[in-house]
Amino acid sequence: MKDDTADRARGMVDAVYRAESRRVLATLIRLLGSFDLAEEALHDAFTAAVEQWPREGVPANPRAWLVSAGRFRAIDKIRRRARFDAALVELANELDADAEIAPEVDHQGVEDDRLRLIFTCCHPALPADAQVALTLREVCGLTTEEIARAFLSTPSTVAQRIVRAKNKIRDARIPYQVPSRDELADRLESVLRVIYLVFNEGYSASSGEALTRHDLSGEAIRVGRLLLELLPEPEVMGLAALMLIQESRRTARTTPTGEIVLLDDQDRTLWNREQIEEGSALVERSLSSRRFGPYTLQAAIAAVHAEAPSAAATDWNEIVGLYDVLMRMIPSPVIELNRAVAVAMRDGPAAGLELIDAILGRGDLADYQFAHSTRADLCRRLGRTQEARAAYQRALDLARQAPERRFLEGRLRELAG
Amino acid sequence: MKYLCLVYIEEKKLKALSKSEYDALVADALAYDDELQRSGHYIVSNALESVQAATTLRPRNGKVSITDGPFAETKEQLGGFILIEATDLNEALHVAAKIPPGRIGSIEVRPVKELTAAQA
Repeated sequence: MKDDTADRARGMVDAVYRAESRRVLATLIRLLGSFDLAEEALHDAFTAAVEQWPREGVPANPRAWLVSAGRFRAIDKIRRRARFDAALVELANELDADAEIAPEVDHQGVEDDRLRLIFTCCHPALPADAQVALTLREVCGLTTEEIARAFLSTPSTVAQRIVRAKNKIRDARIPYQVPSRDELADRLESVLRVIYLVFNEGYSASSGEALTRHDLSGEAIRVGRLLLELLPEPEVMGLAALMLIQESRRTARTTPTGEIVLLDDQDRTLWNREQIEEGSALVERSLSSRRFGPYTLQAAIAAVHAEAPSAAATDWNEIVGLYDVLMRMIPSPVIELNRAVAVAMRDGPAAGLELIDAILGRGDLADYQFAHSTRADLCRRLGRTQEARAAYQRALDLARQAPERRFLEGRLRELAG
Repeated sequence: MKYLCLVYIEEKKLKALSKSEYDALVADALAYDDELQRSGHYIVSNALESVQAATTLRPRNGKVSITDGPFAETKEQLGGFILIEATDLNEALHVAAKIPPGRIGSIEVRPVKELTAAQA
């Protein structure tokens, strides 16, 4: 009987760790003013829980218990170290005084801490790769080994990036706060960029054999949802929608043997309807706010595809129109290329090819694989075989992913025959 | 906490300004100093003469080598600085973003490191 209770308590500690460790950490960083102290305190708090909960029972509010246990142990540790360093005495006293007036660990306070953590990890004063590593480490709770594996890097490189970022947070005094209203739009952009980068790294690995690394996309969607819950701004909805709709095609975009299936050729019954519906509803909500931006527009385009029964039955006119708006908002040759593809679907391959040749003629996208593979495809459909082959070859020279290389090699073989 | 805002400008760009543009920039810069004094951020600031007036020293093994020019040849040169007081980096960036010559150059914001002598 006693063992039963102990087992249950231990199981409870594990469950609480999975559900609450990031929240507890976010609050401890605020209370202790340091990432390193907070991580140590989080570890100590759970060690204490493993010891005490089986004996004394699970506390009524596990989260509050963990925060207070972590803070108490951190201050205690600093006191003990303070015997060798006078400066630490002052720090311990300060933290203790703060503890007296420490805000309650209420729900809103904790959710604000999670938002502070996201904005601090994605602070534009940190290098881009460090923002990504720090977010995955602190917000998602991934280990440095997991992050290294996902980004085809070494654990020591990732660890070093994180250490440097934490040092900069401390030395340059990057504050642990949600930016003020007038800075929110700029700073939110940086957060959304980090989340989308993580998603894309998982959705389409930039090199190597694996086309998808599901875990990273899943983490990005999780952070996207969290942000949506904490800060339901239109572009947060837009990004969440974009990720959900892209993710809905995961099973359809590769064959069981890992070969690429282009959007037009995908089996649409394999698309995840639940994700599409959730994404489309978010797009609607964001569009109706009239404060939407590029993520919402890209999600709207993805939603038009998602709602079409086939490639041919897609509302290409609507898609071209959305690209026009997107081009006005953030002009870029890549968006121009995507618009050209939609024009080709609406008005025929010759019209699309003309637009792509204009982009390439300006010298833009000369080293962009998809500009050449798209051009090749349109030439092929127009029966301009020689040009198609040359363009596929150019795309193949630029391709780094094994499945993409096999796809392009296949097209070249077809045209040779 | 103190932050040093280093103002980098391409001297060519500065020279290319018309007299009225240059005068307006100087007036804005001086007005911003006043604004920062009123808000309590200001510690000290100065514009610098051209890098052509710079001299670099390298004291080594009791000897000092003296060379003409700045330490590093770069496209943008250090043209001035403002030392400010701010509670954290966000506040410092907020102040630095409005330094007038930043409009034609860039501002590097560096936290000041207080050196303390080792205690016996």
